[in-house]
Amino acid sequence: MKRFTDLYWRLDATTSTNDKVAALRDYFAAAPPDDAACALAVLSGARQLRSVSTSQLRNWAAEATGLPAWLIEECYAHVGDLAETLALLLPDAAPDAAPGTDLGLAEMMQRTIHDLRATTDDHKREVVADVWRRLAPRERIVWHKLLTGGCRVGVSRTLVARALAEVAGVDPAEMAHRLMGAAAADGPAYVRLLASESTEADSRRPYPFFLAAALDRTTVEHVAEDLGAVGDWQSEWKWDGMRAQLVRRGEAATVWSRGEELVNEAFPEIAEAGGSLPPGTVLDGELLAVSDTTLLPFAMLSKRASRKRVTNKVLADIPCVFVAYDLLEEGGVDLRELPLAERRRRLEALVPVPFTDRLASLPVQPAHLFLSPLVAGGSWAELAALRAEARGRGVEGLMLKRRSSPYGVGRTRGDWWKWKVEPLEIDAVLLYAQAGHGRRAGLHSDYTLGLWDGDQLVTVAKAYSGLADAEIVELDRIVRATTLEKHGPVRICRPTVVLQLAFEGVSLSTRHKSGVAVRFPRIVRWRRDKEPAEAGTLADLRRMIVAT
Amino acid sequence: MTTVNDLLRVTESGLYCERGDFYVDPWRRVPRAVITHAHADHARAGSDRYLCSAAGKLVLRTRIGGGSPIDTLRPGESVSLNGVQVSLHPAGHLLGSSQVRIEHGGVRWVVSGDYKLQDDPTCDRFEHVACDVFVTESTFGLPVYRWQSPERIAAEINDWWRANRDAGRASVLLAYALGKAQRLAAMVDPTIGPIVAHGAVMKLVEAYRASGVRLPSIDRVPAGARRVGDGRALVIAPPSVLGSSWLKLFGESSVAMASGWMMLRGVRRRRGFDRGFSVSDHADFPGLLAAIDASGARRVLVTHGFSDTLARHLRESRGLEASVLPTRFTGEASPDAAAAADDGEPDANGDGDGDRPDADALTTS
Ligand SMILES: [Zn+2]
Ligand SMILES: [Zn+2]
Repeated sequence: MKRFTDLYWRLDATTSTNDKVAALRDYFAAAPPDDAACALAVLSGARQLRSVSTSQLRNWAAEATGLPAWLIEECYAHVGDLAETLALLLPDAAPDAAPGTDLGLAEMMQRTIHDLRATTDDHKREVVADVWRRLAPRERIVWHKLLTGGCRVGVSRTLVARALAEVAGVDPAEMAHRLMGAAAADGPAYVRLLASESTEADSRRPYPFFLAAALDRTTVEHVAEDLGAVGDWQSEWKWDGMRAQLVRRGEAATVWSRGEELVNEAFPEIAEAGGSLPPGTVLDGELLAVSDTTLLPFAMLSKRASRKRVTNKVLADIPCVFVAYDLLEEGGVDLRELPLAERRRRLEALVPVPFTDRLASLPVQPAHLFLSPLVAGGSWAELAALRAEARGRGVEGLMLKRRSSPYGVGRTRGDWWKWKVEPLEIDAVLLYAQAGHGRRAGLHSDYTLGLWDGDQLVTVAKAYSGLADAEIVELDRIVRATTLEKHGPVRICRPTVVLQLAFEGVSLSTRHKSGVAVRFPRIVRWRRDKEPAEAGTLADLRRMIVAT
Repeated sequence: MTTVNDLLRVTESGLYCERGDFYVDPWRRVPRAVITHAHADHARAGSDRYLCSAAGKLVLRTRIGGGSPIDTLRPGESVSLNGVQVSLHPAGHLLGSSQVRIEHGGVRWVVSGDYKLQDDPTCDRFEHVACDVFVTESTFGLPVYRWQSPERIAAEINDWWRANRDAGRASVLLAYALGKAQRLAAMVDPTIGPIVAHGAVMKLVEAYRASGVRLPSIDRVPAGARRVGDGRALVIAPPSVLGSSWLKLFGESSVAMASGWMMLRGVRRRRGFDRGFSVSDHADFPGLLAAIDASGARRVLVTHGFSDTLARHLRESRGLEASVLPTRFTGEASPDAAAAADDGEPDANGDGDGDRPDADALTTS
């Protein structure tokens, strides 16, 4: 546990990617395989099972510290992180318990976390109290996070791959590929991961996804200036779906989400359609939910994705398609180094039917595999005009991909760009604030914003991010100074601050008091020049609803 | 709350003793000010006459400038101000910091000012003074705040300094210029390397020395210098130097902050320090409770920090008559703003480094 705790705090203490890789490399070079496999699962954000609820932990902490529950809540509101709050509140570890009792991460997780799932609450409490007595506060924080299933460390898959590649002495891209899917479930699997024998499971692995970055400057003049000749670029619609790879190797096809989860069960018809592809084929593309005539909203697709088993009714209600935009492997040969133009030529031969947003023109027979069509534009101005129509088409804008580019790994900038439609914006008033988490723990950085409805302010969105750290700190002070009421971690503020809210769309909603819901709200600017009286109205927001 | 019948009550200008006609730590100019300590939120220039501890006189003079007379008292020595007995007792916060004991008609009040119970080589140790009404600060009045021993903190700072020295990096330690900076200089192991300090710190180092406090050898950063030290020094400076070109004088450096708020990971991370040392000149939560319990007071007025929370806890856990004393500084300090200034003294100024957060943004009363 000490070794993993050290890793956690080393990663926490630095923002430098080189330092993070070094910390990871040192950890993996020294950790026993069982611990390393465990750490790898935690670092890759694998779903962690929670064996104890946070309210149980709070209750037991109240018992252990003799503090009343309200005071623990006050502390939590101030600190912003429950794991840390409890770690700081609990009495110091017994000094005699420390030496010689340190368990490895795997054993610690097995004995004090996984085994708890099948026991009584009394036994859980005993185990938790015992661990508290043995761990120092810095270890407790990490263990609390593991226990409650919320241990997230700020390292990307790419960094983990780089570190493991150094330990194994292989190329980072090779390691990234080996890490796809459930690559190291236990110690022996971890040892195989570092050795280079391939296994049965390897043959189903997808490739690391290449991710597009958002353009820094989005006016047509800037895009022309930054990207050069329009002819060098392939443009497609940016679908509002779920990124996925369809892998057809060996016996059957597998569908992989960007989170590297196998989602065959959620999308059986896609996996089945993939079976019709020639063996040794890997497609990159987008899962979309469709009805007879329209694209279904993303929320419907999420509903499908979250199912472990899909009933026939769900299959019929939320039909899905796979829209392919890249070919990564053909005839068992990795094509990723070929230029995009060549991969596209081969893709069109393999998946000839283009998907269109005019769904009525699709083949009558239920089909599940389509080609993402190109968006033809002879100039940046033409493309800009098409992009402006995006919201009406139910897409998010355009994708621009350099025709000569290979298929990269991760979010490498330069060859794949998202040229998203400009967001909608409105000036709204800060009404409630809540302390954030992680880097913003203890700072009031989650805001609820309102608009005028007559002489009332009604809440329309909850949003965070978008402001600079210094501004968040300043706003935090204003929130504290203008607090009218405190409800646990939420403060109701006197309306004094106007923030510019950006969002991707507006729709009618019966779930919201305001009657409208905004999609992807985030704060883009602090309008210091505006008084609350000058903020937008609910009527302004309603006018932005696009009839579809 | 205070009422007109109380020995002390809150007025426009601050905490006022009508019978004795004096103020304790007034925030406006008054005829007579009794000062607990020289931090800017407690000691303001411009009053006609001051009273503080003998030990704190030079430091107070440095902060408020010349002009008004400063009367002094030795620890425990008592003076009668219009028939009200006033005495000053060590508060352990910084050199010359005092609790103010006020007695009249058999009723005893103690105003704590800022205080800590931990040992500090640069000032007298906090003295427990029995009273009926205790006015206490609550800067760190949440149970998450529990300090490590000064020895342990000193060892951590020494280890950090030594590791930096061995790597040829300067060790920049940011700390409030009055009190914390001198305490740190006295805590660290001066055999590790040279200690240098920012001008704002030096001015007060001199006042400390002139007051008889022993500090290790500390070099001033020469004005107009282009490069200082060879990566071995411990550089003590106020947080306002952060982001300024002054820091570049030392070449490659590790920057650490010394403040009680560094207990919280979120605060440490946001401010982007390489290290945070949770060392404070305020009492931690157990320290506050110990002082309150030892005072024997039945009535406790809480100010300056987590007042609501601490007052409620005192009512519920001890059955005390505890409430919030609404002063200008009742407002809860935001850790981020406070970490830039003193612990919990968000508008602390007086170093001429004009980037201190504005006090008014923090007051909620
Ligand atoms: Zn002070
Ligand atoms: Zn103070």
